[in-house]
Formats: sequence, C-alpha cells, structure tokens
Amino acid sequence: MKSAQEAQADPKYKTAVTELLYQLADDDFIIAFRGSEWLGLAPHIEEDVAFSSINQDTMGHAAIYYQLLEALGEGDADALAHDREAGQRKNAILLEEVNGPGHYLKKPLYDWAFAVVRHYFYAQAKKVRIESLKNSSYQPLADAAVKINMELYYHLLHWKTWFTQLVTAKGEAPERMKNAIDKVCEDMEGVLTLGPKGANMAALGLIEEEKLLTQRWHNEMEKVFEPLPISLPPVQAKRGNGREGVHTEDLNSALATLGEVYKQDPVASW
Amino acid sequence: MSLVSTSEQSVREMLALVKDPEIDSVSVLDLGMVENIAVAESSVHVEMLPTFMGCPALEIIKTNVENKLLELEWVEKANVTFIYHPAWTSERITTEGRERLKEFGIAPPPEKPGPDGAWHVDCPYCHSTYTTMENIFGPTACRSILYCKQCKNPFEAMKPVSTMM
Repeated sequence: MKSAQEAQADPKYKTAVTELLYQLADDDFIIAFRGSEWLGLAPHIEEDVAFSSINQDTMGHAAIYYQLLEALGEGDADALAHDREAGQRKNAILLEEVNGPGHYLKKPLYDWAFAVVRHYFYAQAKKVRIESLKNSSYQPLADAAVKINMELYYHLLHWKTWFTQLVTAKGEAPERMKNAIDKVCEDMEGVLTLGPKGANMAALGLIEEEKLLTQRWHNEMEKVFEPLPISLPPVQAKRGNGREGVHTEDLNSALATLGEVYKQDPVASW
Repeated sequence: MSLVSTSEQSVREMLALVKDPEIDSVSVLDLGMVENIAVAESSVHVEMLPTFMGCPALEIIKTNVENKLLELEWVEKANVTFIYHPAWTSERITTEGRERLKEFGIAPPPEKPGPDGAWHVDCPYCHSTYTTMENIFGPTACRSILYCKQCKNPFEAMKPVSTMM
C-alpha cells in the first residue's frame, strides 16, 4: 500500500494498520512522558541533557505515528495524543507505570535502576520492531521507520551502556538493578505483544509475526546478559494487556497531567 | 545541460537566506533539508526533510521559509511540507555547510563513523584531533558535546546519522 488513500479503500487493511499505529504511538507517547518527568532529577547534568533529548526524540516519534493516523482519517493528531481516554489507549502497561513513589514537583522518590531497565528493555524491543517496520507493506510507515531508526540507534546505545555499567558496578547498584529487572519482566510481555490483532498485521505484511519479534528481542538480550553475573527472568504480563485497553490508575493520572493545558483550550494554535 | 527555471533559481536564492534558527551561519540549503521545489505560476511548494523528528525548530523553519518566499514579487502562495522519504542524513550537509558550521563553533559530522559506530571529529577551533566525547546528546537533538584537550575548549558536533545505523 503506497498511500493512506489506498489503505482507506481496503477496510480490513485499514483496521490492522490503524491498530498497529495506535500501539506504536501510544507506547512512545507515554514512555516519553514518564521520561520527561525525570527532568532535573537524573543522576548528573549530562544525563539530564541526554535523557531529555531522548524523550524529545521519542515524543517526535509518537507525533509521526499520530500524523499517520490522522492521514488515515482517525482525526486530528493533537486530539489523538491528548484527548483519548485511558480505555482507548493501546500502550503497554509497563510504560505507563510511575517512575516511583512521590511526585516530580514534590518529593520524587524515583528509582534510577527502574528507569534504566525499563528504557533499555523498551528501546531494544522498539529496535526489533522498527527493523521489521522498515519492510512494512504500508509504505508511509516503512518510510517513518527508516527515520526513527537513525535516532533510536543512539537511544539504544545510551541505555545499553547504563545497563551494563550499573549491573557490573560496585555497591548497591547490582542489587537494585536485579530488583528492577525482576519488576520490569513482570510486565515486559505487554510490550512485546502485538495484541489480539497481531496475526492480522503479520498476514497483511505490516510487521512480522509477534513470535518472531519476541524471539529476536530475547536473542539480543541473551547477548547482553551472557557475560553478566545475572540472568533474565521469564517475561510476563502480570497486570494485563494494554493492547486490549487494560490499564492502571497510573495512566489516568498521567493523562490528566499531560492533557491539562490542551484541555483548557483545545482549539488553540500552539 | 539541464535547465533550472529562473523562478526555481530565485527560490533557491531565497532559501539560501533562511538560516537554521539555532545556528545562524547555515541555511536550510546548506543543511540539505530541501528535497523538492515545485513552482506553478505564482505558487511555490517546497518539500523539506526534517533533521530530527522531535526538533522543535521545524515549525519555525517552515514559517521562515514560507515568509521568505513570499518576499519574491511573483510569489503569492508559498507552502512547505515535511516528508520522511528520503530520510535526512548528515551526509546531506553541503561542503559549504560544513565550513559554516565550523565558523559557528560546531564540528561538522564525521564523514565516516567507524565499523562499531564509534566516531571522531576534530576541534572546530584549533583543528586538533585530540578531542574527547563528553556527551553524545547535546543542547539540541542534532548535536553532541565534545571537549578539545589541545585548546581546552568545549565544543559541539553535529551528530552523524545515516541509514546504515
């Protein structure tokens, strides 16, 4: 399919590509928000610069996906980002989880180990997905994937460095990383799944099969874990499947904060 | 010899005057952001390639280009759209653009990153090769922060991006 017009003419194809785009968009949108809550709180100034740059890129990626959805007749991109209820969101539950107890304006007791593990595991899953999307049957998405991949390269490099350094560091770091890995793995399956409509997406050549992508993620993880003194626990989806609209209270509060300004004047031009 | 219409030529001349909002020595042409110029009577449509997707300067660049083109007497409608294909890569920066980046104190992107993705640039001030990477992420999405051990200046470099990554 070369264009949005062509896709719209084929209802089955349109349903599948729309579903996939919502997953991609909502994942990046919410993880970019959680990342941006770290602004000013990262372990050092260089990390503050790096992390906010990564979040800005990631929010840019969400924006492309929302624009692709707009082109498919799903409505205004800004409204898609800001004005959909939690139940309509397709992001993985892991990505909506708060950074830790407290609030970034009051007493943030955020866990850097959790941030590193969550972002690293996600970046690697995103990398596997983007590589596959480069060959998507939906050309506008394949083009976007080429662009996103160039930025993602740096994100993955960044998180992988943090991950291996902290796991092999002295002091409390390895223990905290181990706990964070256990915690992230409890919901990581929710990131790796393409949801109930995944088989359709693969059949239409939009992206490869979920099983294959998941295996590739595991292969990449094995390479990194192999020399490390820890192992990767099994991945689960303990709290449910975000692709099916199942979410936690954390998403509601994030959306309330995210949409606060937008909702004051939805027709304002920024 | 291919003929570039005089109207397209005049559009190019105007585009050369539209600078990056954050690096006022390089134009959008120098950066290789202009992919297509289509002139139809009094309207101009320019297709541009975003450097980094989340770059907040994109909207400003779009407005600046449109306004600049409207300064041309014969232009009544000017319109910019951003396209993703082909993807912008740092190899698109022109030779002149690379020189102008240096004038601004920003090292141009390395022409060839190493096989493992590692890359190296020389100091844009003293040209020493004795430099170190301070932070691959810089003040904007497209830049990194480095330090020159020779002249002891911190400096920035345009991040290399390529479809090979």
